[in-house]
Amino acid sequence: MNTKTLVSCKINDTDTDFLCEPRQSLLECLRDVLSLTGSKEGCNDGNCGACTVILDGRIVDSCLVLGVEAQGKQIITIEGIATAEGLHPLQQAFLEQAALQCGICTPGFIVAAKGLLDREPKADEHRIRHWLAGNLCRCTGYDKIVRAVLQAEEMQAKKK
Amino acid sequence: MAEKGDKAKAMAGGTDILVQLRADRFRIERLVDVKGVPEMMEISYSKKDGLTLGAAVPCYKVYENKEIAKAYPGLYDSASLIGGIQIQSRASIGGNLCNAAPSGDAIPTLIAYQAIANIQGPKGKRSVPAEQFCTGPGKNILEPGELLVSLKFPAPKAGTGANYLRFIPRNEMDIAVAGAGVSVVLANGAIASARIALASVAPTPVLATEAMQYLAGKAPTDEHVERAAELAKKAAKPITDMRGTIEQRIHLTGVLTKRALRTAISRAKEA
Repeated sequence: MNTKTLVSCKINDTDTDFLCEPRQSLLECLRDVLSLTGSKEGCNDGNCGACTVILDGRIVDSCLVLGVEAQGKQIITIEGIATAEGLHPLQQAFLEQAALQCGICTPGFIVAAKGLLDREPKADEHRIRHWLAGNLCRCTGYDKIVRAVLQAEEMQAKKK
Repeated sequence: MAEKGDKAKAMAGGTDILVQLRADRFRIERLVDVKGVPEMMEISYSKKDGLTLGAAVPCYKVYENKEIAKAYPGLYDSASLIGGIQIQSRASIGGNLCNAAPSGDAIPTLIAYQAIANIQGPKGKRSVPAEQFCTGPGKNILEPGELLVSLKFPAPKAGTGANYLRFIPRNEMDIAVAGAGVSVVLANGAIASARIALASVAPTPVLATEAMQYLAGKAPTDEHVERAAELAKKAAKPITDMRGTIEQRIHLTGVLTKRALRTAISRAKEA
């Protein structure tokens, strides 16, 4: 019996094939197999959100998805957020608001916030805080993160 | 699943079972992703037949469905309380029931709505009321090889209202210290029937039968609601642990039952 499974999916708009063991999480596959180390392992049990990726348009904790489940799916990771033109408004706003200290939670926050802004570009502070409840930050106290998401909304609105 | 018996487990969203497997809670030889089974991803509602909810349907599909949110507001409450947005993309109501945590946020709602668990296994199909499904913390009635396929919710009668409330020390993303799922049916200005199910106050979710019997036939007044909440406290047999004490949980049971009944009654009036 094969010990590894071939998985074909689209990661950050690029067709990608990889081999994974059935027990491996999508997070392990991204980091250890595909060297996409932007997604972080915080708790590895679905509490901290540092490993958040967008799977077929929905944010998920990649530590709680098996690599084999990625077959045929579209995945966006933190590496797919910036474009050829430059940083995503969320990335720019996180920098300007100093919405990070140690930075481990940041990729998860930015990907989760993108999941919100793609659906609700005018989300208010309450909605942002509720949406980001699945992401933990132990440094900033969240205010700067929320301000950065609000700023990114404004930046996006001006662009259009 | 039949081949491996108790060495096989079903996975829907994986938000509980992957964590439990990593923690060596149990050892299995086969994990079956059931999201490819059409009946387990079914979500169909009609005013006449009620709701059939496949056991692997993720929470967001429940709370983003306007028809279901309107017909079963208690289910909307539970589906939007389980975990954060990331978890709700994956976790299912059926999985919450199978996991059989005393604190499961969906289970009191299933019991309040008299949902039926449709089970299939090597010996055939059987249907079990939600309140008989959990047998202990993390334990359910499924035999080796059996699978929870779907949950069947009866069509809501006219004048039905429901609500699920829990207490947690944080605003989001926590495990209920206590929870109350209630449904009421109003007819001719009185409570025709009420169901009250409690979370986190016993080894399994429990029905507060004395409070339910008391409310039947009573006017939906604050006085009766308060008395029912007092009676519901008698059904709570909690333990003291890191999340709360016996006294706190019994007190919370009264407060949550009272508030959930009030909301359910006002929703029933609007329905």
